[in-house]
Amino acid sequence: MEELKAFHGGRANLRLCFNSNQNEDSIFKALDQDLGKSPVESYRDEVGVLKKSVTYTLSCLEKWVAPKKAEVPLLFFPAKAEVMPQPLGVVLIFSSWNFPFTLALDPLIGAISAGNTVLLKPSDLAPACMSFLVETIPKYLDNKAIKVVAGGADIGERLLQLKWDKIFFTGSPRVGRLVMAAAAKHLTPVTLELGGKCPAIVDTLSTTPSKAKVTAKRIVGGKWGPCNGQACIAIDYLLVEEKLASALIELLKKTIKRFYGENIKSLKSISRIVNEHQFQRLVNLLKDPNVADSIVYGGSVDEEKLVIEPTILLDPPLDSEIMSEEIFGPLLPIITLKNIEESINFINSKSNPLVIYAFTEDETFKKRILSETSSGTVTFNDSMVQFLCDSLPFGGVGQSGFGRYHGKYSFDTFSHEKSILHRGFYPEIEPRYPPWTDFKLLFIKLAYEFDYFGLILLLLGFKRS
Amino acid sequence: MTSEVENKPVFCTESAKELVKELRASFATGKTKSYEWRLTQLNAMVKMMEEKEPQIVAALHDDLSKPELESSIYEIAMLKNSCRLAVKNMKHWMMPEKAKTSLVTFPSSAEIVSEPLGVVLVISTWNYPFLLSLDPIVGAIAAGNAIVLKPSEIAPATSLLLARLVAEYLDSSCIKVVEGAVPETAALLEQKWDKILYTGNGRVARIVMVAAAKHLTPVVMELGGKCPVIVDSDINLQVATRRIIAGKWGCNNGQACISPDYIITMKDYAQKLIDSFKYELERFYGKNPLESKDLSRIVNSNHFARLSKLLDEDKVSSKIVHGGERDKENLKITPTILLDVPRDSLIMNEEIFGPLLPVFLVDKVEDSFDVINSGTKPLAAYLFTNKKKLKEKFVATVSAGGLVINDTTVHLAEPTLPFGGVGDSGMGAYHGKFSFDAFSHKKAVLYRGFACDAFVRYPPYTRGKLGLLRALFDGSILGIIRALLGWSKA
Repeated sequence: MEELKAFHGGRANLRLCFNSNQNEDSIFKALDQDLGKSPVESYRDEVGVLKKSVTYTLSCLEKWVAPKKAEVPLLFFPAKAEVMPQPLGVVLIFSSWNFPFTLALDPLIGAISAGNTVLLKPSDLAPACMSFLVETIPKYLDNKAIKVVAGGADIGERLLQLKWDKIFFTGSPRVGRLVMAAAAKHLTPVTLELGGKCPAIVDTLSTTPSKAKVTAKRIVGGKWGPCNGQACIAIDYLLVEEKLASALIELLKKTIKRFYGENIKSLKSISRIVNEHQFQRLVNLLKDPNVADSIVYGGSVDEEKLVIEPTILLDPPLDSEIMSEEIFGPLLPIITLKNIEESINFINSKSNPLVIYAFTEDETFKKRILSETSSGTVTFNDSMVQFLCDSLPFGGVGQSGFGRYHGKYSFDTFSHEKSILHRGFYPEIEPRYPPWTDFKLLFIKLAYEFDYFGLILLLLGFKRS
Repeated sequence: MTSEVENKPVFCTESAKELVKELRASFATGKTKSYEWRLTQLNAMVKMMEEKEPQIVAALHDDLSKPELESSIYEIAMLKNSCRLAVKNMKHWMMPEKAKTSLVTFPSSAEIVSEPLGVVLVISTWNYPFLLSLDPIVGAIAAGNAIVLKPSEIAPATSLLLARLVAEYLDSSCIKVVEGAVPETAALLEQKWDKILYTGNGRVARIVMVAAAKHLTPVVMELGGKCPVIVDSDINLQVATRRIIAGKWGCNNGQACISPDYIITMKDYAQKLIDSFKYELERFYGKNPLESKDLSRIVNSNHFARLSKLLDEDKVSSKIVHGGERDKENLKITPTILLDVPRDSLIMNEEIFGPLLPVFLVDKVEDSFDVINSGTKPLAAYLFTNKKKLKEKFVATVSAGGLVINDTTVHLAEPTLPFGGVGDSGMGAYHGKFSFDAFSHKKAVLYRGFACDAFVRYPPYTRGKLGLLRALFDGSILGIIRALLGWSKA
């Protein structure tokens, strides 16, 4: 109950933090500074998401904190069994630079709601946002229990030497391995929210034009909308049937122009590349002449402003880096297939992604995708929105990570579910104790099978061992 | 079949690689995902236990001198129950779980689908070598995975029997046993697994987790710790004593992860408690416990030496108030009780895992919580009391894998309770549905339609859209209407 009070206080404060216009404006400013995010994108993907998360958590917290009854068989009568969630203790959260508020504070909400004390280490690759968090969090939350530390990889490494009761990491698989190896020294459980190449299967172009339009909007919105493709759940590449490729490309081009502008000079409503290093990495993906040849739209870059315009590629070589590494940027390869069903094998030839998107109305195909592929999540006929569902676990599988959060899953991820069995002193079951006899053996065998009738027979002398 | 006399082919990294490759190919065929396959395997396991019970009991007796009743009940009957529970509930467990959706994603529907993780590794231990090998496998099969089992070489008869029985009864294209010791385990750990479940000690657990980290493999660690028993006064002492004895010496002679490790009681109650122990111990095991058939032996000379060291420590050897007799040749140590051992002695700081029971004294019973919390979190903690407030404080203050009030160890048999540790006693849990969940990936699925495409999501971004988004996230219909009418501030 103490935790509940503290959290109510904390939440009220988190809300206050976001409700204050001044803070909201500062958040928008920091996101614009670090990533060139527009206020609408910032609200949609960061502030709004967090407000919703806090509100939802508070409305459910009392329920979550309460012990859950577990059934007890008659044999144990009288007994009471329950599972009670408890905080793990002192937890460490590493967040990433692309959604510097959401990925820091959403896990924080979970950790606080579960009753832990927390150290948050935001990413220094979004320095304005990191500074905001370092300065503002102590003004609203109990800074004996919740701390934010600024710094880069070296600070991260030093933190990993210490013993934590849980580590929650959002980032790349490479660093994920290092985090888990460090955690292993102290047997610290970890949740790793990583990434992968999230494919989008497109099977709906041959339906009505309006559905095709919506599909195009959702693809474009799901690629360049979230931080200009720099998101773990952004669409990485498309899979479509050969004969529909050009129609798709036309639709995408129209939609891109409408959303973001005609060319690189008039680009708006889109984030920029976070820094020089990522910019060069993305530009290098296009250096391969075979890859450059496959560009059908875009391709222009502005190194000074760290801008790469929305770029579409048609069938770049499958062994090129752009098709083997997670892109995490505004380049969209389209891979054509003879038959859309081949997409399943294609996806399975790569490591498990965080999300598989499938735009299709074929119920049989949907079932095949569900049962024949493996991913953290599958979303049909849309992109990104699964992130907003508090009732769906958000996490990866295989190389895209393990563990999950959002909604109650956040609470669970930072809790230990303690089993409790209450027994009375009576009645006593003698056959539990040595010296062992055949009678006792049979008694216990029947007891384990919950064969109450058999037990009665045995006790009445009608059963023999 | 290669006999032990001939040279067995060496199981090295290459062999491990081939093994995993073979299992991945089997998994890729989709065989293990089918309900029928899972059912067949679980039913075969039950059949195996019904037909081979005498051999299993004999192997356990070879490895541990385990009394027939302990083998029959704590290993075989428990495993049978586990299989039966899975068979009964599996269809239900396999069904997708509907998830609620909210206004934010309207219109949509959502569900959570369980799918197998793929190819999993179960590393088991020596004290309940049969149960702790096959119980996790029940979960792995129920969840639809392909499996490699590495039993403990410290229980060699059981390990060999497991290899034979699994090959005879289960589908060996999908479920394999690899026998061996450190080199074989190391070769297995180099491979990429989709999950590893390890039962054992903290030292090796760290090695397993470091190996798992290379491949980002999630792990379940079932470890141990010092499971304390707080004994209050004013209870039914006889029942309490017997239940503690049953959980300590009745469970593989104290060599169990959830055995009571040490007792905490009040100074002025201690003598009464010890007298009760002496009385009941004699009733259970006779005047000469070294000869009792109802006690397992110490598993091997290493552990015998380890336990002897605990007893021989200077400040501890004088505290023996009962037992202490040893038979090195037959690896037996009698039920031994020590009174008022120092807090900083070895026996109070290492997991005992044997038939020695220290009694630690406090002035008042509430002081026990500090004693427990000053150590690492145990797998289980026990309290004997009739006081409601004490029970409440115990449940709220003591962090452990599981707690039992007025009994010991029986929570293990309760499949509706998750069985696992916290902190140094482990991570993850299994038993019952928790086993199925431990070996499943819970895939989130969101179904959307094309109607009602929310224009607010898309650029160009305007203040109006910002206002509408705010209202939408707030979930207030009124707010949304106002925003649509342009009445809310952006």
